[in-house]
Amino acid sequence: MGRDAGSKEVRRLDRVIIRFAGDSGDGMQLTGDRFTSETASFGNDLSTLPNFPAEIRAPAGTLPGVSSFQLHFADHDILTPGDAPNVLVAMNPAALKANIADVPRGAEIIVNTDEFTKRAMAKVGYAGSPLEDGSLDGYRVHQVPLTTLTVEALKGFELGRKEAGRSKNMFALGLLSWMYHRPTEQTEAFLRSKFAKKPDIAEANIGAFRAGWNFGETTEDFAVSYEVAPASSAFPPGTYRNISGNLALSYGLVAASQQADLPLFLGSYPITPASDVLHELSKHKNFGVRSFQAEDEIAGIGAALGAAFGGSLAVTTTSGPGVALKSETIGLAVSLELPMLIIDIQRGGPSTGLPTKTEQADLLQAMYGRNGEAPVPIVAPSTPADCFTAALDAARIALTYRTPVFLLSDGYLANGSEPWRIPDVDDLPDLRVRFASGTNHELDDGTEVFWPYKRDPHTLARPWAVPGTPGLEHRIGGIEKQDGTGNISYDPANHDFMVRTRQAKVDGVEVPDTEVDDPSGDAKLLVLGWGSTYGPITAAVRRVRAAGDEIAQAHLRHLNPFPRNLSEVLGRYEKVVIPEMNLGQLATLIRARYLVDAQSYTQVRGLPFKAEQLATALKEALAHG
Amino acid sequence: MAETSPGLAQETAPAQSAGAPPAPEALSLVPRAVGKQSMKDFKSDQEVRWCPGCGDYAVLAAVQGFMPELGLAKENIVFVSGIGCSSRFPYYMNTYGMHSIHGRAPAIATGLASSRRDLSVWVVTGDGDALSIGGNHLIHALRRNVNLKILLFNNRIYGLTKGQYSPTSEAGKITKSTPMGSLDTPFNPVSLALGAESSFVARTVDSDRKHLTSVLRAAADHPGTALVEIYQNCNIFNDGAFEVLKDKEQAQEAVIPLEHGRPIRFGAPAEDGLGSRGVVRDPATGDLRIIDVTEEGTEGVLVHDAQAATPTTAFALSRLADPDTLHHTPIGVLRDVRRPVYDTEMASQLEHAAEQGGKGDLSALLHGNDTWTVVG
Repeated sequence: MGRDAGSKEVRRLDRVIIRFAGDSGDGMQLTGDRFTSETASFGNDLSTLPNFPAEIRAPAGTLPGVSSFQLHFADHDILTPGDAPNVLVAMNPAALKANIADVPRGAEIIVNTDEFTKRAMAKVGYAGSPLEDGSLDGYRVHQVPLTTLTVEALKGFELGRKEAGRSKNMFALGLLSWMYHRPTEQTEAFLRSKFAKKPDIAEANIGAFRAGWNFGETTEDFAVSYEVAPASSAFPPGTYRNISGNLALSYGLVAASQQADLPLFLGSYPITPASDVLHELSKHKNFGVRSFQAEDEIAGIGAALGAAFGGSLAVTTTSGPGVALKSETIGLAVSLELPMLIIDIQRGGPSTGLPTKTEQADLLQAMYGRNGEAPVPIVAPSTPADCFTAALDAARIALTYRTPVFLLSDGYLANGSEPWRIPDVDDLPDLRVRFASGTNHELDDGTEVFWPYKRDPHTLARPWAVPGTPGLEHRIGGIEKQDGTGNISYDPANHDFMVRTRQAKVDGVEVPDTEVDDPSGDAKLLVLGWGSTYGPITAAVRRVRAAGDEIAQAHLRHLNPFPRNLSEVLGRYEKVVIPEMNLGQLATLIRARYLVDAQSYTQVRGLPFKAEQLATALKEALAHG
Repeated sequence: MAETSPGLAQETAPAQSAGAPPAPEALSLVPRAVGKQSMKDFKSDQEVRWCPGCGDYAVLAAVQGFMPELGLAKENIVFVSGIGCSSRFPYYMNTYGMHSIHGRAPAIATGLASSRRDLSVWVVTGDGDALSIGGNHLIHALRRNVNLKILLFNNRIYGLTKGQYSPTSEAGKITKSTPMGSLDTPFNPVSLALGAESSFVARTVDSDRKHLTSVLRAAADHPGTALVEIYQNCNIFNDGAFEVLKDKEQAQEAVIPLEHGRPIRFGAPAEDGLGSRGVVRDPATGDLRIIDVTEEGTEGVLVHDAQAATPTTAFALSRLADPDTLHHTPIGVLRDVRRPVYDTEMASQLEHAAEQGGKGDLSALLHGNDTWTVVG
């Protein structure tokens, strides 16, 4: 696999958390991605947390311009990108200043000393050099002139100092790859392919990458390298790849289209952090995917709804502000009872909020954010790879019940990544539907007619009669419809019936019972979560149990309708704690629905919970039980 | 029940039934009607609920009368509308239809038409629906050139909300919401459409069934988006708004009839039988002006060219109309040019991708290039 790490001391570790931090132009996301790929192919379990500003290039050297990528990898099964880095790579003073508070004493810090000029330090408010004033005492600081070393290494290339210096992220990657015995072939192949049109640049980057590796091997500053064995026992047998939430979601949508045997139509408007789904689906036209970049959010969902009327598997992708704009069309879809997926990759709000940061504060918007009684089923993935399965599940509900369905992902799931056991295509669910093809009702006089709102008695779904089907010509619209015929009706009793029927249809959506993890069966406290908090909550639960306490855990995939057994599950425990990255939206729903005195534990910092923080909160809840 | 519906799986041109006229290029993928159709086939069983005397009745009758001539399988025709009086239109057509939400019909129809090229998709909208709340969708549909036929009923007033001024109301108009007169400069829908890169723009009048039908025919034949502005009388809130174009005597001064390849002449007949007034280009400014041909002669009178390479002259023609008096209002097809059609191009990208990369292989997609195997 990797190159020989040399004759230095090698220590074994069970897990490591590395954070790469630099200017937004320093290529930290790329560096992190490459280290992740190396780590994935090595067979560690891993979890990542990219964290970057909304600005494409914030002013250089400033705190708001810092971009970072955190990677947690281990020889065992892990659940989060980790709380506190063991290693911080700081490419400039701003990166050091912005991240040092998260790094515990004893950790290693690699700084690019070339960037620690008086001016650069003053820019972020350092009066003196943190490298000299003792403020980093207790850390193992490696002062490395990364830029100079990179420029030196690339002397053979015809590049200016500035141009050569740009490869310093690859030098750092090479150094870290040596430190942790990462395989290097894939990164070199990646660089050759990425810069296929500029072979000089490809070779320069590879040169810097190798120079970084060699630097680690030869310099005395790095006396020790580390091994983290593959997490073989953590993974069931199978073929794996690393995958981010947005990629898994895109693949889930393509898979749903294939399994339903319906063409996929995506109507979308670019918005962070959802745009990657638009980009990804736009690549797969050979699967019959029609991706339509609309003039605005409203047209994105409008076009999707039009395609749904025509018999496509219709999808619109967006984030919170886009959902607000789409609300009226979602209401129309509820009224038309056509299948459609609304993918909301949640971000910090309100308004523009924190475009590149994560939050779970759109739950009530998805649940209630429309005029009138307009119920919509809600599905939430719990990990990046789970976005694949969640997309198939959302499609199942939409197609079976002829309804718009919300899928609530978030920025953390979207950009974070983890190993994924690739499913066998033959094991994917069959989502095929039957379009209406003939009359479905007999009038009193014996005439056979087609009624667009005559429902399936089991699912309450109405027939999906697509244009082009002879004899089924019909008109649908947003005005209240008469039960059965679908004709305009202002009749009070009919409206009451239709409102209740639409609600009953969504209430009747089949969702699996929620599973409770309560090993002894004696826990008194249940921690309940939904969405991307799965990793941190599970990690916290493990810590609580490791400390000898009993605690039960349940995590909701379905927020509307809730699992049938949820009421019974909640009733089993004396105390229910609900951690959320909002101000208690699920807790509000649970309290209202089940009259349970659920306690909220909330955080809206634009970042996922830390396992230790949650474990502490849960221990306190146990102590004050 | 069938597993799939016609048109979803394949996009092959339907067979021509014997004796039927050939389908225009715009409709070559739409199945033709098998038997003979009549106007009655296109009337739905729903009671028409417009105010008695509304201009919408005339347009509905003209469209229902034109459909048999178009000769398409009626299950492959879809009418999509927004909100407003005119947007009730789909309920009255015995085709597929969707009465959607305010302003969004062009967006919805874009998704339908671009995913189902075997359909003939019509949008029915009004001046408030298309030009106010839905203005953005209208201009983008026009620039994309999706295969849609947009019928814009312009009555220069909000009818369904009972009489507020609309984006085409004349400045100073007194309405319920503008008791001291409207402060807005109105849109000229034809100018707007031409500015939005529209490949087909026409204007007609509700009461002139023959002209209306001829414009519908031209729009149906046009590959891409066609915008047809229909001046429509609201006899309740804006009665007589277009009287000047309908009254035979006044119309001589008001209407500039446009016919492709014909000199742009109007007004009382001159000695040659054509109108005594003509449209010429002012050599000094490049703008258009109106002359009396009996005084200045017919030399220099423009010949209407709906297929001109640029929309410059069509735009100048659209500006001849006085927004207050409606004098010098061009009626007819102002522009009708060929350019790439969105849904055709979208389909060919899909075909091209399948040729280049082979038909999608889901398992290969899920695996990607970087995998590793864990052996049990």
